[in-house]
Amino acid sequence: MRITVAKWNSADRPVYIASAFVVLILAVGTIYTLVAQGTATLLSPSYLMQQLQIGSFLGVVAAGMMIVILIGHIDLSVPWTLTTAAMLATAVGGPWAILLGLSLGAVVGLVNGVGVAYLRLPSMIFTLAVNAVLQGSMVAMTGGTSPQSQATELMRFLGAGTLMGIPVALLVWTLVSVCVSTVLTRTPFGRSLYIVGNSEAAAYLSGIPNKRVIVVSFILCGLLTALAGLMLAGYSAKAYQGMGDLYALPAIAAVVIGGANILGGSGKYRGTVAGVLVVVFLNSVLSIMQMSEAIRQIVYGFVILTMLLVYRRKA
Amino acid sequence: MTTHRFKLGLAIRQRVGTITAGAIFALLYLAYHVHHPNGFTAQVVGQNANESVALVLAAMAQTVPVLIGGIDLSVGAVMTMTNCLASHVLSGNAQEVSLGLAACILVSTAFGVMNGVIVVYGRIQPIIATLATSAIALGLALLLRPFPGGEISETLSLLLTGSLLDSLVESGLVSQGVTDNLSVLGNLPTPMLLVFAAGALWIPFQRTVTGRSIVAVGSSETAAFMSGLPVPRAKIAAFAVSGMLAGCAGVFLAMQTLSGNADLPQAGTYTLASIAAVVIGGAVLTGGVGGMLGSVFGALILRVIAFNFRIFEIEPLIQPLVEGTILLAAISVSATRLLRVKNRLDLYR
Repeated sequence: MRITVAKWNSADRPVYIASAFVVLILAVGTIYTLVAQGTATLLSPSYLMQQLQIGSFLGVVAAGMMIVILIGHIDLSVPWTLTTAAMLATAVGGPWAILLGLSLGAVVGLVNGVGVAYLRLPSMIFTLAVNAVLQGSMVAMTGGTSPQSQATELMRFLGAGTLMGIPVALLVWTLVSVCVSTVLTRTPFGRSLYIVGNSEAAAYLSGIPNKRVIVVSFILCGLLTALAGLMLAGYSAKAYQGMGDLYALPAIAAVVIGGANILGGSGKYRGTVAGVLVVVFLNSVLSIMQMSEAIRQIVYGFVILTMLLVYRRKA
Repeated sequence: MTTHRFKLGLAIRQRVGTITAGAIFALLYLAYHVHHPNGFTAQVVGQNANESVALVLAAMAQTVPVLIGGIDLSVGAVMTMTNCLASHVLSGNAQEVSLGLAACILVSTAFGVMNGVIVVYGRIQPIIATLATSAIALGLALLLRPFPGGEISETLSLLLTGSLLDSLVESGLVSQGVTDNLSVLGNLPTPMLLVFAAGALWIPFQRTVTGRSIVAVGSSETAAFMSGLPVPRAKIAAFAVSGMLAGCAGVFLAMQTLSGNADLPQAGTYTLASIAAVVIGGAVLTGGVGGMLGSVFGALILRVIAFNFRIFEIEPLIQPLVEGTILLAAISVSATRLLRVKNRLDLYR
């Protein structure tokens, strides 16, 4: 009995609450559709699969964002890292498209990491400036309009394809999730993320290569963001202006709803997955209920606040 | 004992961020005027002032939460919400407009207080609390103005966006004949004077216990608490001031556009630009360092860069790239503090 109580108080608590909230959202949505249309659209496998496919892009971004949040930083360059990777990849096309997109993500991550770890600049403002530079270069390159070039076959497969009835995007998110949670829990690098996030001074004094840990974290975040950009370009068949705008803040919200500390040092990957599901299903249920954008924004704000207030309460 | 003597060296060292930002602004603005075809005229300065004030007020709003070591991601959203509210209440006769103005500032200040209460009593980090409340503010803005429009008193707009002379004549305080005696003073742009007025209110506030506590909390919350300073009050006050100034920015936006517009991307842009302005103005995001004047210069620098684009006829398509690169460079300059660090452990605190 004592063990279960301890577990309830542990870092898993937000994971349970967020998961319960997903069930609640689906229940409310289903009751609504049963009353309004007489069908349980929300619970049909095809609808769930479609929502999870759309959620995969946010899921991959949130995985990267979580790594950076764990070390106590934040990556606000996500919107245009995602867009730039997609635009460059579709512009080049051919077999090198994906490799180029991912390399761009890694390079942006490297720049962010060096600025934060070696120049000791605050990540919030440095990544914001990098975002502005990326946006500027894309406006210069595309003339401020969406490029006409198409996504390659492989990108379309990653973003829109299905494998045995399951969306490939969902499989990619699953693979990313397995990799990230393994890295976080079972590798020295993953453990050092938590230590650096808790106290960088202590990490440094313990001989952890804290600067390298920060740089690698930002590179991973850049890589995953670029991957999401390639998938999203594949899903929509092309890259477009502002395609990344709807990913940075929801990703941060998902990580925090999942129970990770925004100041770094604690949080479970399971929680981030649950957080992504909360954001995705909340959006989809609100759109099924035909709520206006105004109501959606207000509900969204209240949900983040309420979840965090609930987490703060001692059980 | 010479401790109470004014020390110039110390005073300069404490304000190095503000002074640097001021110098950069002066250089950029000088370059602008030297190359401007009409040169340094009242009309050009007035126009520049009108284009800058909203961002300047937003940057001032951002300064106070940054001073306590927090951040307010709802600055742009509160601005937009107040802008939409203004488009409903700022019309009619003088009395109605004054009441409307008071309502706008009251609502935005109340929103700031709510942010502060959530941060203090809800114990949620400012960055996340204000991220959530910004969504609520944007939702309210959309409810108030689903489509751009509304009505703003043109008299009030003329009063607040013209030169001091125009404002005085408009408000009936002086007749047209007196104007000759006011030539230089009268040409000062009213919006900039409003910023000075806001700054003038900030100085005495900063010297109160609450005002001092704001900086103390930013330097070390534990030390401030142990010294018996009113930490919760300081935090709530910081967010209240932020909300109030963001509301002023929203009202000014309404003065400029004469309408209300729940423009979500614009709200985000203003929030991010306000953070950039505060950092360029010498504030440190971990709190305790920074000031209103520095942030004003930071916001002006961001605006003057855009003004210079017009004069130097830089291709519009590469303007965002140049702007981004300058921002990145300006931020990276503060890395020079690494050269002064004596103990490597100091880096990690």
